Amino acid sequence: MMTIDAAGMHYKELNGIIREGILNGVKKFFIENVNGQYYIGDGIKGDDVVIEINGTPGNDLGAFMDGPTLIVNNNAQDNVGNTMNAGKIIINGDAGDVIGYGMRGGRIYIRGNAGYRVGIHMKGYNEQLPVIIIGGKVGSFFAEYMAGGVIVLLGLEDDDSDELDIDYFASGMHGGTIFIRKKIDFSKFSNEAEVYEIDDKDAKFLKEYLTDFSNSFNISLEEIYKKPFYKIVPSSARPYAHLYTSA
Amino acid sequence: MLKIKNKFNTERDISGCGLCGIINAKKVKTNGSDIKKAISVEHDRGNGLGGGFAVYGNYPDYADLYAFHIMYDNLSAKSDVEEYLRNNFIIEKEEPIPTFKTAKIYDHPYLHRYFIKPKSDRQDKLFHDLEDDDFVVNSVMLINQNYDGAYVFSSGKNMGAFKGVGYPEDVADFYRLEEIEGYMWTAHNRFPTNTPGWWGGAHPFTLLDWSIVHNGEISSYGINKRYLEMYKYNLALRTDTEVITYILDLLIRKHKIPVRLALSVLAFPFYNKIDKMENDKKMLFTALRQVYGSALLNGPFAIVFGYSGGMVAMNDRIKLRPLVAASNGDFTYVASEEAAIRAVCQSPDMVWSPKAGEPVAVEFDDIKEKTSLKGGLLSL
Repeated sequence: MMTIDAAGMHYKELNGIIREGILNGVKKFFIENVNGQYYIGDGIKGDDVVIEINGTPGNDLGAFMDGPTLIVNNNAQDNVGNTMNAGKIIINGDAGDVIGYGMRGGRIYIRGNAGYRVGIHMKGYNEQLPVIIIGGKVGSFFAEYMAGGVIVLLGLEDDDSDELDIDYFASGMHGGTIFIRKKIDFSKFSNEAEVYEIDDKDAKFLKEYLTDFSNSFNISLEEIYKKPFYKIVPSSARPYAHLYTSA
Repeated sequence: MLKIKNKFNTERDISGCGLCGIINAKKVKTNGSDIKKAISVEHDRGNGLGGGFAVYGNYPDYADLYAFHIMYDNLSAKSDVEEYLRNNFIIEKEEPIPTFKTAKIYDHPYLHRYFIKPKSDRQDKLFHDLEDDDFVVNSVMLINQNYDGAYVFSSGKNMGAFKGVGYPEDVADFYRLEEIEGYMWTAHNRFPTNTPGWWGGAHPFTLLDWSIVHNGEISSYGINKRYLEMYKYNLALRTDTEVITYILDLLIRKHKIPVRLALSVLAFPFYNKIDKMENDKKMLFTALRQVYGSALLNGPFAIVFGYSGGMVAMNDRIKLRPLVAASNGDFTYVASEEAAIRAVCQSPDMVWSPKAGEPVAVEFDDIKEKTSLKGGLLSL
């Protein structure tokens, strides 16, 4: 294991040390005193590499990452998992805006809240399946232009109402699946996606990922399953095919 | 003013501005080292073409006088402006702004400050009977427009802007901010987008006690500019920060709209949100929306607005720029990045991301006691 004291260190130097370490066979990194360094873990490969971070990592954490696991013990900032390809990012606190932008594989687990534009332009391809699970609440433009993958919004601290206090929920969604624990009236947001009860296949999928999520944060599965899940999917493969033209 | 030289590289680098603010509600003063430390965490958000700070409470000995900070290209501009000042103002004290030569700040203009008040027998008063504040605004506009090589970059009471071309932490060293004490600080790290990086163009942009630091791009600039010109504002700088400052001056000082509400004018709720409001509030916002439609800012922004009564930080209505806030006892912090706050306050009582268009407003405790008596609709 390699321990790095990142106090006062520029991101270039920090990421240089990480990359060199991975090349030299280091599998586990512990980075202390991180505060605002951008691009941590960007583009790195190695399914068995684990990087644990104490402090507040800067923007674009794990962008283009391809395999490793990042564990953040505090809050994260904006653009976590930007265009991420594979691996896992676990955030024990809150995360900022634009989480998982254009994400095409791997998993992002957030224990607390996330900001605006979570999962914007997220996409899946063949066996690539990006998954984001948020324990708390999110801001507006959630899953905007979502094209693939799965986002699970738990809202564990949320009230019991069937309202979502955000705007532009899944606007422009044309692929992928959103799971939430509220039976919302989706027609308030758009006519291009629909709310369904989950089926057995969905339940099996959720069980696998939610077990992993609950183990990552010591949140009990019972707590998560206190409310039933519903899924939101686009009403057709190309709901916007005739947005600007007649059928 | 517009002839102030620009010798700085205008090449672009992909980045985004950074901002910070620190306020103590009980007016406990701190020196400039915390704000410098906070903004330096956001170093990579700028490109060295502008850094600056506003501090409030730094001139207690001259609290009743307008503190003019003026930059000059040459000494003849200085003597011209000083002649104007002598004719219209009582100059209690004037001196060079203390600086510290550092290799990282080069080619700076002459920097001078004046503690002044308008003469009672000034020429303009005979014609217009202007209030002191209005006269000062007119004078600032006049100097900035008509005196080549001179630019007033601070004109408030018991506050000051300290800014220039360079990274903010270097600008802080240059102006010796560790020797300055204030109860509210704002800071900016600039990445110029539409105007070149030059000394006057750095943030904060100030007028009287108003100061603005801003990250973003105001696409409604043309509409806002034409609207302000109807009220005789001269938009010499051509930056969107200037527009924001003047809109707030118009709304708050001239039209007497409460600060929080004035900020809402900049980022009006959408009509579908207004429709859902309760009756009184709905009427108020509909009226404001109709009267001040041209003051609405469109486009992405995050701003920190400082004034003698406190500080307000706010995003555009769909949150296209970052903004994080934190509180710790009597201190409130705002910044583009949480890390900037953590650099000076490792474990705040509370950290949160303000919602789009919802101002984080902190008033000084002594002001709060006064305003809470007013009540009514406008205190929303």
